[in-house]
Amino acid sequence: MKVRTLVLAVLLFAGPAYAQQPPARPANPDGFVPVDTPINAQDTIPAPRLVGIAYGFIWVVLFGYVWSVRTRLASVERELQTVSKRVGSGGH
Amino acid sequence: MRKLFVPVAVVAAAMFLYAPFMILAAPYESTMGLVQKIFYFHASCGMAMFAAAFASGIGSAMFLFSKRPAADRLAVAGAELTSVIGLIVLVTGPLWARKAWGVWWQWDARLTSTLVMWMIFNAYLLLRRYGGPGSDRLAAAVALFGMANVPFVYWSVNVWRTLHPKTSVIPSLQPGMRGPFWFCVVAFLLLFSLLLSLRMELERRRQQLDELYLAAEGD
Repeated sequence: MKVRTLVLAVLLFAGPAYAQQPPARPANPDGFVPVDTPINAQDTIPAPRLVGIAYGFIWVVLFGYVWSVRTRLASVERELQTVSKRVGSGGH
Repeated sequence: MRKLFVPVAVVAAAMFLYAPFMILAAPYESTMGLVQKIFYFHASCGMAMFAAAFASGIGSAMFLFSKRPAADRLAVAGAELTSVIGLIVLVTGPLWARKAWGVWWQWDARLTSTLVMWMIFNAYLLLRRYGGPGSDRLAAAVALFGMANVPFVYWSVNVWRTLHPKTSVIPSLQPGMRGPFWFCVVAFLLLFSLLLSLRMELERRRQQLDELYLAAEGD
């Protein structure tokens, strides 16, 4: 009889306690939420173009910078050789 | 570093070739969709930009106290990389913002402090280029100010009201996004170390050339 009363009391209190739990949500409200497909509704600004420009710009700047450093390095090396020869020949 | 340069360059190149496939395979974000994929390179560049600013600031502090040419080389290389990588951050951010926020630019704390930091390092480079004799020490002080700005840029999103995602976005990334993101971060930090070493080598050769010219004039 006592056991039945105890089970009944637990069930009676567990229902409201469970109902008061906040709904399940992501661990961080500021975090990104992944989905399987891209959203297209009211997609007036072409996202692929923006992404393409962004990644294209990154590659162009990085390749451009590497090329710039290599060119400057080659130029300094040439000048170093020229000046070394001049110093080696007594400045004549 | 010279012995490691080629192997690290090969690894970095392989990572940059593979990164687009990882980014394509990563899940779309629920509200921003495709344009959120700019995040993978944008945020990685942001981290590399901070690393470059620290390199320049630390190099400048060492140069101010020890006057070692190697420290100055580190400062110059770091400043130039902050300018180059910062340009990428400042261009890719608005491309993402236009779609996600509806505007190209917002004068909020994160964007404005990033722009200010970028301008400080450009001021450093202009000072080194046109400042004349003694500008190296003055420029070193400017780089210290630039480095001091880094914590403000980083924490600005958590302290002030801003449209920019908070720093908590990174630790809370879902598994499908976390892998590609950290892969890109490692790729960019490897590239940063390679470019820093290459740029320092250029500065070393320039210093040798200057010494040679001085020797030639002395003869």
